[in-house]
Amino acid sequence: MRLQQVIGRTSFWVFGGGLAIMFLVPLIWTAVASVSPHGATAQQEGYGFNNYRTLTEYDAGLPTYLWNSAYVSILTVVFTLGLSLLGGYAFARFRFPGRDALFLLIIAILMVPYATLLVPLWVLLGELGMRNSLFGLALVLTLYQLPFSMFMMRISFEAVPREIEESALVDGCGTFGVLRRVLVFAVWPGMITVGLFAFLHAWNDFIAPLFMINDSSRYPLSLAIATLRQQTMGAVDFGATQAGVVIMALPCLLLFVLLQRHYVRGFMSGALKG
Amino acid sequence: MYAAPAAVFVLLLFVVPLLLVGQMSASEWPLLQGSRGINLPDNYAGIADDRLFWPAVGFTLKYTLIVVVVLLVLAMGMALLVQERRRGVGFLRTAYFLPVSLGLASASLLFWGFYSPQIGPIDPLLEWLGITDEPIRWIGTPNMALFSSIVLVVWKFAGFFMLILMVGLQSIPNEVYEAARVDGASKVQSFFRITLPLLRPSIALCLIISITGSLLAFDQFFILTNGGPDNSTTTVVMMIYREAFRRFDLGSAAALSVVVLLVLLIINIAQFRYLRRGADE
Repeated sequence: MRLQQVIGRTSFWVFGGGLAIMFLVPLIWTAVASVSPHGATAQQEGYGFNNYRTLTEYDAGLPTYLWNSAYVSILTVVFTLGLSLLGGYAFARFRFPGRDALFLLIIAILMVPYATLLVPLWVLLGELGMRNSLFGLALVLTLYQLPFSMFMMRISFEAVPREIEESALVDGCGTFGVLRRVLVFAVWPGMITVGLFAFLHAWNDFIAPLFMINDSSRYPLSLAIATLRQQTMGAVDFGATQAGVVIMALPCLLLFVLLQRHYVRGFMSGALKG
Repeated sequence: MYAAPAAVFVLLLFVVPLLLVGQMSASEWPLLQGSRGINLPDNYAGIADDRLFWPAVGFTLKYTLIVVVVLLVLAMGMALLVQERRRGVGFLRTAYFLPVSLGLASASLLFWGFYSPQIGPIDPLLEWLGITDEPIRWIGTPNMALFSSIVLVVWKFAGFFMLILMVGLQSIPNEVYEAARVDGASKVQSFFRITLPLLRPSIALCLIISITGSLLAFDQFFILTNGGPDNSTTTVVMMIYREAFRRFDLGSAAALSVVVLLVLLIINIAQFRYLRRGADE
């Protein structure tokens, strides 16, 4: 029995630990590679941040790309939260004509591949004067966040007991007052989950900006780094690419670690119900 | 009333584009000039004639099949490994899940460097160990390119599916296992007779997400292999991009988009049917 336990524990650690190392190695490698010396990079001798310097000066400059990404991500979060907060409230608390049809329509977005809508959206946003517009890109990114967000916010509102708002209604609050003064605080955890997913999606997305943005000074970071490695006339800068990967990954890893408990729990409750 | 913004938004950015893609797919529509009138069924007929189309379909299916099997088997193993509460499990879970928080494009760029002979760490390591003396062409041949892309995708997503399966595993009550043990079932038996059947909803969810995602694969091939070598890793969604922005033919791109939509709808409906029948039993 003893021996069996020892064998069990050892094999658990050998398998589990080995796998963990395989999952961690690429992450650690990219961080190290971005500052270590290599022939084909700006960092020729010794360790240092020359690759990051290359990135800062590349084309429109890292600050521009960072700003583009941040702007798109924040807009997407704001749009997603706005639409799903109001919409979730409506779906959970009010009866109105077309309610079920509208909810089904929103869920149906999931059934339509991203790529299918990008071509007509490119034409449509162009007609609306939003070709190459980061605002337009944020709208597109919001669309694909809607099914999950609406679902999440509807559940969040439905989980709030009605008594909480009834007393406020009696006190003369309008339905919007109730939402603003009372319910927002009750559905806060759902909003964090929705906002977090919207941010990560917008920050990391590649295919939507690739289709929507053709002007390189408006590229978000993901697109800028992907084109950086193709553009420098055959001489590909591997070091700057890895520096870019690190910069792309940092906010995601940071958010993940800070909100890990929340992230996983919010996701789990969604997965259980879905 | 509060749903009005969402309704307008969905109408404008979902319903209208959906109708528009139908119209575009039936029209001659060069990228910059706009609509030149109906040309049905030229765009659809052109798809089947494109010499890249069937290879792309074949590759997409092959890739999907391999990725789904490898991902789910590995994720299941990982979920079983870390579901019990024991020391160090939290560390393992975090390690497996960390790549999920990266974007697919970032992960592809990361592996693009990782596999490169210029700065990649694998070749120096293998040479140092004396296993090889020349660089391995990780994305140089069709088979290696497929293999390397699968490694990337599995690395990026295994933690995600592990999480879904873990939630499923934890919802199976312990009493069921105890009853089986009392009846003399071995661990292997109880896995196949109890765990797998009870885990069916979670597995179905994983299947739907992974199949849909793999059929629409784009980022990893666009960045890592750029469809090569010799167009051997060109997926169907890459063809949409190529038609629209390399060959400037939005009509054909729209027709391809409609085909992808219909195929995916059929697959999803079939999966839901199967899932529902499973739930009724």
